[in-house]
Order: sequence, then C-alpha cells, then structure tokens
Amino acid sequence: MSALTTTWRRLFWPQASGGVPVGVFVAILAALVIIAIFAPLIAPYNPDSQNLMGRLKPPGTEARGTYYLLGSDELGRDLLSRVIYGARVSLSVAFLSVVLSGAVGITLGMLAGYRGGWVEMVVMRLVDIFLSIPAILLAIIMVSVLGPGFANVVLVLALTRWPRYARVAYGQTLAVSNQPYVRLAKAMGAGPLRVLFLHILPNILAPLAVVATLEFGLMVLFEAGLSFLGLGVQPPTASWGAMLSVGRNYVSTAWWIATFPGLCLFLLVLSVNLIGDRLSAYLNPKSR
Amino acid sequence: MSVFLLQRLGQALVAIFGVMTLVFFIQRLTGDPTYLLVPETATQADIEAMRRSLGLDQPLVVQYVTYLWDMLRLDFGTSYVQNVAVSDIIASRLPYTLQLAGGALFVAFVIGLPVGLAMAIWRKHRATNLLMGIVLGAQSMPTFWSGILMIMVFGVWLRWLPPSGSGSFSHLIMPSIALGLLSMATYARIARSSILDEMSKDYVRSARARGVTTGRLVGKHLIRNSLIPVISISALEISQLLAGAVIVETVFAWPGLGQLTVQSVQARDFVVVQGIVLLGAFVTISVNLLADILYSVVDPRIRKGGGA
Repeated sequence: MSALTTTWRRLFWPQASGGVPVGVFVAILAALVIIAIFAPLIAPYNPDSQNLMGRLKPPGTEARGTYYLLGSDELGRDLLSRVIYGARVSLSVAFLSVVLSGAVGITLGMLAGYRGGWVEMVVMRLVDIFLSIPAILLAIIMVSVLGPGFANVVLVLALTRWPRYARVAYGQTLAVSNQPYVRLAKAMGAGPLRVLFLHILPNILAPLAVVATLEFGLMVLFEAGLSFLGLGVQPPTASWGAMLSVGRNYVSTAWWIATFPGLCLFLLVLSVNLIGDRLSAYLNPKSR
Repeated sequence: MSVFLLQRLGQALVAIFGVMTLVFFIQRLTGDPTYLLVPETATQADIEAMRRSLGLDQPLVVQYVTYLWDMLRLDFGTSYVQNVAVSDIIASRLPYTLQLAGGALFVAFVIGLPVGLAMAIWRKHRATNLLMGIVLGAQSMPTFWSGILMIMVFGVWLRWLPPSGSGSFSHLIMPSIALGLLSMATYARIARSSILDEMSKDYVRSARARGVTTGRLVGKHLIRNSLIPVISISALEISQLLAGAVIVETVFAWPGLGQLTVQSVQARDFVVVQGIVLLGAFVTISVNLLADILYSVVDPRIRKGGGA
C-alpha cells in the first residue's frame, strides 16, 4: 500500500512541471479523451449544419434559435460543436498512427538487434534514410502522391515515423539479448518469435513507452499541420488544424475561429508532452 | 582526414543515395506517375505525350538509372505547371527561407541559451519553476497557432508589425519568433541539462574551493565545456527549422521554400515538391555531417572513438 502510494506520488505529484502537478495534465488529457468519445452526446449542435444567417457570430450570441457559446464560423456552424468533434480527429489519428508506426518500428528494430547480419544492415540503413528527410516534408510528399483523407494521413504518419521506434527498440534489444534470461530461453528451445515477444519485448517496453508518448504529441501536431495545409482530413469533417487555417483568413474579423481550436491543440500537446517528460524522468532517475 | 570522418562521409553518401531511391519509389506508389505530373486539365493525348517525353514507357530499371543520372548532374527537371527549371524556381525562393531560418536561429540562441543558463544556476529559485513552465509551454505550442495569435495581437490590434507578407525587416520579426520558439525551448533545456552536468564535475568543485566566483566559473569553464550537446542539437534544429518553415511561411504568406512546397502540392506540381524534398534531405544530411566534424574538432576524444 505505502509502496504504491509512493509510486503514485513520484509519478503524479513530483516537484514541478513549471509548478503545476502533472496530475492536472493527466486530468486534461482524460477530459479530452472523454469529450472525443462522447462527442455526439456533449456537442450542443450538429457540427456540420450550416446557418448562413448566423455567419461569423462572436461568442455568446444567438442567431435564429442557435446559441453560439464560442461563436460561429464562416458558414454559420457552431464553433463549440466543431471543436468537440475536432478532438475525435486529433486523438484518433494520433492514436492509430502511434499504434501502427510503433508496431512496425518495434518489430523491425527488435529483429535487427536480435538477428544482426544483413537484417540489421538493411533495417538500420533504412532508418537512417527515413530520418534524414525532414518528417513533415516526407509526409507532404507521400500525401501528395496518395491523396489526402483520414486513412491516408494515418498511413503516411505511420510510414514516416516508424524509424523512431526502430532505433530505440534496436538499441534496447542489443542491450538485453545477451542477458542470462534471454540465453536461457534460447537454450530451452524457444523460437525467435517467442524470445522476441515474450522475453525481450516486456523488458524493453519502458523506454519505448516514453517514445510513444512523445510521438503521440508530435502526431497530434502533424495531423493538425497537414490539415492546416489542406492535406489532412478533408472538409466538412471538423479538424482543429483545418479550423485554424480558416481562422487565419478571418484573423481581423473573427478572432474566435482560430483561438479556440488552437487552445485545445495546445492543451492536448502540452499535457501529452509533460506526461511523457514525467514518465521519462521516472523511468531513468539519473536524467533528473 | 581520420578514419572516423571518412566513415561518416561514406554513411552520408549512402544516405543521400538512399533518399533519392526512396523518393523515386514513393512517386511510383500509385503506379503511373504521369498523373502526378500533368495538370488537371490535360487530355488523354497530352498524357500519352508526357509519358513518352518522360521516358515512362521504358522499363522501371532504365527509368531508375536515368533518374539517378539526372539527380547526379543536379538536373531536377522542369516544372510542367510553370515551365521553368526546378532549380531556378528553388533558387528564387531559397533566400527568403534562409533569412527566416537565420532569424529563427538567432531568436532561439539569444533567448534559449541565457534562459537555460539561468535555469541551471538558480536551480532552486522559485522563478526557475515558472521559467521552466514557460519553456515547456513554448515547446508544445503549435507554430501555426502562435503565429496566428501574434498576427492578431501585434498585427491587427496593436498594429505594431505588418501582419503578413515580406519586403522589410519588420516583416521578418513575427515569422522568426514563431519559427524560433520551438528551437528556443530545445536550446534552453539542452543548455540547462548540460550545464547542470558540468556543474556536478570535480573541477567545478575544486574551482569553487579555490574561491573562483560564479561569474568567472560560468564564463571561463562552464559555457565552453557544455557547448558540445548544443552543437549537436543545432544540426537537428536546422532541419527542424526547414520543416517548420512549411507551416510558418504559410501562416505569414512568406514567399520562401515552405510556401512553395504547399503551392506546388496544391497545383499538383510534383517535380517541384520532389526537388524541395531532396534539397531538404541533402541539407539535413550535410548539416549532420558538419556537426560530427565540428565536434570532433572541439573534442579530440571523439576522433579516436571510431565507431561512435
């Protein structure tokens, strides 16, 4: 009981992240996830229903029976509802691309570290090549070939980001594959798949979890960036990045269009990054 | 030249070759790249003519070799939308991106390093917590949001600075800050942790015991010895800046390579996009190589290391 409490304290109530306990950021992230899952129940209006009489209404105004708490956009859609639905796009794209790139990267990285030889050569050179193209440019060139849209954005982000996991998984696998427990498992006749996924993977998961957390924040930004450039999830689907791009055009007449989606984006990325930082400091206390 | 540097040069060349190959195969992900290259209004006859003129009726291996040969001669092709050589288009936009990246790097250095130093020296002070909070916030700030907020406040409300466009020094200020903010946070954190690292070393303790003042200690010893991580992160930051320019230039209508990338994607001018991606990769690879050479000069131990 007391050990658990200490762990809990160290993880969530550490000295500071700018003086604010990390628990606050866990709560923000949890709230955003809940909002995304229950968007249809929470959003006051249909995020896509237009109201041309109520275009660009400032926050807290009413037009034709619709109350715009956060104002309305250039087509008279309720900004609050769109911000709420936007959480779905951000979180689901980020989650799916982290899972996909993590699965591919970790498998290839472990294989390279465990097998060595030509597998190692090929995988690690590929990692070098992928990492030497600035990630957003790589994503842009792939989207411009494959075309935009939800599935393609996830695919492109996964294809762009797997080397990050591969590099960490490779290093970690090298470090543990000579440990007695791995040699013992091999001596007892365990096949490579069994060794990799039952003996090595559980022991290298901690640093990979840190990478995945930080990558999650990055993927949120990437999705928003691609949507901002018109290469992400396509209209009328509400995406924070696309809303920011509209807000950019109405910056002198309707400040609210860019402000609220941007604020949500910032809070989401900030929470994820701080949780990741905290996790990494907890897992390797030396770096503190 | 040592074995280590030759090895690194070899790796860089392999990476450049790999990037060219990767870009070639990405183009063929959807099968026939002719459709990527022709404007949307092209007729079937245009498409056929284009396919022949590009050599796309040739076998894949022949196409690949031709492509590599063109790249080696620095011939990046001709834009079919603008009918101008890609290298000319890129050359006309490059100065703007260089200005922007220079401004951003300046902002990042001039704010980031002192902030990192302050956070390390006054580690226990209350204000340091606040400073750390601001740095962490800057790191999570999407550049397109910070850019738009700045336009609202300084461009539209206060009217201190032009909201977008280019042409004068005052146009450069906001985009540089927006782009530099992220790197600023990185520099501050790296500087902080590397100075903290140095401060725990024995020579610092003995210097203090000799009665060396903090100011002298920082100026004479700490800054110089904690520069290596800062140099190596600079290599990463420069390619980050190139990537960040895509967004920032779009926000501020800054006519550099980033805006060109977006315009070319929208106009389906694929040859130009390809040229920019290759240039970006080339810059990233060379900057990394340069950083390795630089810190083998700063720290001779690395030169002997070989494998690292």
